[in-house]
Amino acid sequence: MNKIVKLEDLKSIFKDGMTIMIGGFLDCGTPDTIIDMLVDLNIKDLTIIANDTGFPDKGIGKLVVNGQVKKVIASHIGTNPETGRRMNSGEMEVELSPQGTLIERIRAAGSGLGGVLTPTGLGTILENGKRKISINNKDYLLELPLKADVSLVKGSIVDEFGNTCYKATTKNFNPYIAMAAKTVIMEAEDLVKCEQLNIEDIMTPGVLVNYIIKEAV
Amino acid sequence: MITDSKLAKEIIAKRVAKELKDGQLVNLGIGLPTLVANYVPKEMQITFQSENGIVGMGPKAKPGQEDSDLTNAGGEYVTVVPEGSFFDSSMSFALIRGGHVDVTVLGALEVDEEGNLANWIIPGKMVPGMGGAMDLVIGAKVVIIAMQHTGKGKPKILKKCTLPLTAKSQVNLIITELCVIEVTTKGLVLKEIHKDTTIDEIKFVTEAHLIIPDDIKIMDV
Repeated sequence: MNKIVKLEDLKSIFKDGMTIMIGGFLDCGTPDTIIDMLVDLNIKDLTIIANDTGFPDKGIGKLVVNGQVKKVIASHIGTNPETGRRMNSGEMEVELSPQGTLIERIRAAGSGLGGVLTPTGLGTILENGKRKISINNKDYLLELPLKADVSLVKGSIVDEFGNTCYKATTKNFNPYIAMAAKTVIMEAEDLVKCEQLNIEDIMTPGVLVNYIIKEAV
Repeated sequence: MITDSKLAKEIIAKRVAKELKDGQLVNLGIGLPTLVANYVPKEMQITFQSENGIVGMGPKAKPGQEDSDLTNAGGEYVTVVPEGSFFDSSMSFALIRGGHVDVTVLGALEVDEEGNLANWIIPGKMVPGMGGAMDLVIGAKVVIIAMQHTGKGKPKILKKCTLPLTAKSQVNLIITELCVIEVTTKGLVLKEIHKDTTIDEIKFVTEAHLIIPDDIKIMDV
């Protein structure tokens, strides 16, 4: 099966009201080409799950500024004042989850786990509405899995089957986001033939990837 | 009183650096805490973590040598030391929560007598989010708060935090330009004061009750 598609071919996948997970950390390892397409497509009422909301003019921030987002689940929104403004005005809902909890919630969804028990957030407002569970006389918060309709992943070197290597700090949320959605789209910085990617460098097995597009330069 | 903000930050960073021990894995928060790296003695090996996925973070990248795939948790271009390694966010926070990080140094909006910390939200005003701070404060073996003693002239070391907490009773040490305070089960103990201040001056800008021991020292900066 050929997974390599043109950006144009992806448009039919996206619909209003979808939940979309996006890889990257402050626009390092973020699939910017697909995000730009979503801005053009102008689909609305999206729920975005990502570490952060980038910057107003870069990465995930563009979707926020363009008014396409109904809800954000992230650990940090400080680099995009527009996210904070829309949250305070009630235009957009923001659920803040600690970074280590957020990644484990995503990992749990992609790994078939019912949740994660973490001490992070104990004694804070993050306890509100959550179950506290005691294991061996230590308290933990039960944090629930997060899954999406579509995951947008950025890979540094991707082969035709979708096997992916992520360079340096572009790994961040990407390998787990690639496991937590029904449809996984990989944006490749470098797209190579299978034998050109060192098998030892693969972090995401290609079977997890449904579509591959080449990053626009 | 030390009024020069740049000097204050330098004093704080220098003093925090003295808390670090050879061989430790250390996470420095964004802003003032990053200055600590400048004052680590050359003969000491401290490994710095950046929670976006580096152990062995080096200095900021020189102009023209930036690698867009290599940033720190503040989004700045950085370098990696020869013994460094990269990994994903799950591994990074496993290191943090799993007790593998020896020291975390963070700033604070408020810190109180029980070692409670608030540094992620001012409801209705500023909501940057907690990022990795909640996990770092829960998971690191030693939590050092590095901050200027007051904010806009108001005390930040309080009897009880008024802002939503980052974590409960996790702070071990508070280092400001005026003093070093240890958080103990009995309360806040004033351990050291800067040579250009007095105990009375510190009490005046601190809302929390301070326990004053007999053997109070001058900060070695």
